[in-house]
Amino acid sequence: MAKKPVTFILNGSERAAFAEEGLNLLEFLRRGIGDLSPKYGCGQGTCGACTVIIDGETHLSCLTMAVAIEGRKVETASGLANGKVHPLQEAFMEHFAAQCGYCTPGMLMSAKVLLDRNPAPTRADVIEAISGNLCRCTGYEPIIDAILATANMRRLA
Amino acid sequence: MAMHRGRGFASINYPIGMNLGGDPSQALVHSNPDGKFTVALSSIDLGQGMKSVTRQIAAETLGIPVADVYVDTADSDTGPHCMGSFASRGTHRVGNAVIQAAQEARAVMLEAAAEELEVDATDLVTDGRGNIHVKGATSRSITTMAACQAAQFKQGRTVSGRGIFLIPLSEVDPETGEMTPVSCFAHAAMLVEVEVDDETGEVSVLDMQSAYEVGRALNPRLVEQQLVGGAWMGMSHALWETTEPYYPDRSHGPVDFNNYLMPGPGDLAPHHISVLERPAPDGPFGGKGPGEMCANPVLPAVANAVYDAVGVRIDELPITPEKVLRGIRANGGARPKMRLTRTQFAGAR
Ligand code: FES
Ligand code: FES
Repeated sequence: MAKKPVTFILNGSERAAFAEEGLNLLEFLRRGIGDLSPKYGCGQGTCGACTVIIDGETHLSCLTMAVAIEGRKVETASGLANGKVHPLQEAFMEHFAAQCGYCTPGMLMSAKVLLDRNPAPTRADVIEAISGNLCRCTGYEPIIDAILATANMRRLA
Repeated sequence: MAMHRGRGFASINYPIGMNLGGDPSQALVHSNPDGKFTVALSSIDLGQGMKSVTRQIAAETLGIPVADVYVDTADSDTGPHCMGSFASRGTHRVGNAVIQAAQEARAVMLEAAAEELEVDATDLVTDGRGNIHVKGATSRSITTMAACQAAQFKQGRTVSGRGIFLIPLSEVDPETGEMTPVSCFAHAAMLVEVEVDDETGEVSVLDMQSAYEVGRALNPRLVEQQLVGGAWMGMSHALWETTEPYYPDRSHGPVDFNNYLMPGPGDLAPHHISVLERPAPDGPFGGKGPGEMCANPVLPAVANAVYDAVGVRIDELPITPEKVLRGIRANGGARPKMRLTRTQFAGAR
């Protein structure tokens, strides 16, 4: 398949690589770029493990063409920690919101977009925001608590 | 058409581990040149906390800080043998193996320290903060790091230990069918409240109250994490999850999330948990294993609650709206269990 150069911003720095035209963003990020934080759960848009942020919105990278991110800003969980762990990551640890951790990068992305838009979410807002992210292990409660706690901490700060 | 509330109760005895081949697990412990310890296991941490708990157990037994222990579960080809992470056996079986291995390693560490301090090893104690000293004389001390380094570089000893935990296989008595497949049981009891819609057959779990008896909660936060997640999974299995067609149909097998119904974060029920601690005599520091038991009581409790709510007894999981509706129809309508008032109840007795 023909390869196309793709130039985009990944977690704040410009990156460029060749992508086959039919390649999805998940495979592109993981194999082409080497960012392993988005996870492959289903490859068909039903689990949310591959969630990334493109220009401020959550997207399922398994359903996004790699060539479609040309010139756009992509954020992944590996870009969250900036010298120290992100408050969301801190709260996930504090609340034991990960067991196997497979859903965690996607959860963090959905949570980040929520909190960027809505600094004072209700529990229902949080549930809505992560409703596309499946978790096998935690029963969701600790994840919801962690996201609400992050919002509270920010308001106090 | 109406909504019906019902309550269901279930309690379980949950065997820790299994009987197959004695269900053994091994552990190897050794010190490194920096005085820290490695615990080698083939037991896999799936997120349940196996590494954390075995690390605590090793540190406690060796008498050193948790920070000085590294648990390596990287490779089941090169690590000591383990039956695996299942049957809620990890804490109990592997924990016991780790204790045995750590005791042996600790004994060598104390011998090495004794040689350096020119005292008898039986007079030495550890302070859990990285020091070994003479009982009652804290000034006559050596760090665990110095002791391990002396063993390695001066005395030519390996500060290491081997551990295995095995419960001899119990055979079935051909006459009576009797056997003792398990030495350790955990227990749980659960009360579930549901609401059943007699028009759609839908069941929602409104509330769960539980008590789990886990031996000793070696890491209370990890225990809580397992109970919360595991009970939710039990609810999910009670009401949603299954592969269609089901075993023994030959096309039974994994399907995708389009065909496998899994509830999301919108389908939760408040869960009030009491953790009861009754240390197990043969458990590592009394620990059993919450594991699968987290999910188990939820399924019968939900089935009982549905029966209580609409009088439909469902004995095949999951309890889908279709099964509930068929049951209601077969009964000629919802038949909530008659509840006696307090006086009626007293009169009936
Ligand atoms: S891998 Fe993209 S939604 Fe599951
Ligand atoms: S922590 Fe395992 S899937 Fe969420």
